[in-house]
Amino acid sequence: MLATAFTWIIEHQPEFYQALGQHLVMSGVSLAIALAIGLPLAVFIVNRSNFALVIINSVNALRTVPSLAILAIMMPLLGIGLWPSIVALTILALPPILLNAFVGLRDVDPDAVEAAIGMGMSRGQVLRKIRIPLAAPAMFAGARTAAVQVLAGATLAPFIGGGGLGDFIAVGISMMDMSRLLVGAVPIALLALATEFILGLAERIFFSERATA
Amino acid sequence: MNWAPNNIPEILAATWQHLVLSVSSVAIGLVIALVLGILCARNQKLYAFVLTITGIIFVIPSLALFALLIPWLGLGMKPALVGLSSYCLLILLRNVVTGLRGVPAEVLDAADGMGYSARQRLLRIELPLALPLIVSGIRIALVTVIGIATVAAFIDGGGLGTIILMGIDQEYPEKILVGGILTALMATFFDLLLSQAEKRMMRGR
Repeated sequence: MLATAFTWIIEHQPEFYQALGQHLVMSGVSLAIALAIGLPLAVFIVNRSNFALVIINSVNALRTVPSLAILAIMMPLLGIGLWPSIVALTILALPPILLNAFVGLRDVDPDAVEAAIGMGMSRGQVLRKIRIPLAAPAMFAGARTAAVQVLAGATLAPFIGGGGLGDFIAVGISMMDMSRLLVGAVPIALLALATEFILGLAERIFFSERATA
Repeated sequence: MNWAPNNIPEILAATWQHLVLSVSSVAIGLVIALVLGILCARNQKLYAFVLTITGIIFVIPSLALFALLIPWLGLGMKPALVGLSSYCLLILLRNVVTGLRGVPAEVLDAADGMGYSARQRLLRIELPLALPLIVSGIRIALVTVIGIATVAAFIDGGGLGTIILMGIDQEYPEKILVGGILTALMATFFDLLLSQAEKRMMRGR
């Protein structure tokens, strides 16, 4: 079955690469947008407890909505195609990025903050020079969780016409064609595992000294 | 809103199916995680190995995992149950092992001194003391599985995902909303219920 799947990929390279490309573009763009919204938002709310309460609670509520429903509801709102999927995946990626960054910024060692204030740093300086650098590992961890979630969510995009590797699974299920199922499932699984592994490795390389300190 | 009020029985049936699917998946996962966890608590090498395997399963996107199971298990409830219970293994196992390892050495010594056998010690001392963490694992696993179980509708696993899928196919937003909101409510309900249980257990410690 795996061999048949592999042969199919060799014989249909353009089709396969197009789906792979869609999958990667969709995931990459949504992750980038979610980072561009989530990180500044976390910085904005960390010293404003009223905002923080509202935003953190709404994000937590958002997390209980299944990814399938978030994708599905984009169709009546935005139609079909790549963009509705990107919007949905951005919404999926936002909670882990925002929550991790917020908790990381908030729980920075109070001694370090106090020392910085004692040295005469302004609030903005404390944020830029102390809080953000010290919270970087937590932010990265959030981005890593979000990346894996987005790749998983992107698998569901074909059901709202978003394309990607999930297309092969959808076709495989509807035709009960096992090898076509694997053409989608195996690359998707490998992609998610490779992402998790590489980002985990990067996390260890970048932040290992500080994590142990 | 004119579909939902006229189709209450259908909605209830799907909700019940969703609940049964999610709860039984976590129950199966818990039994496996308890057995593995008890073995792993004493054996670091085995724990590292099992963590890697369950971690790999956890990272594979749900639809891909279901798709990988179809050639062996076909469509329906069976692959859905297998997929969902293997999903929650990582969460449950980590909490079981952390809970068992958190039992203080003095307590274990005292139990040994009182003449408890290894099994008595496990059943009467270690598992009860690890219970709050195990419950917290069950809570996270259940909330996760309730969300992922919607995807099981693609492989005819039933549940609230079926209503969402109908909504997609018929371009009927109300069905998407009903399916999505009921799933979110179910997840929130169990999240609150089990955090309460956790708090009650931690009281008096």
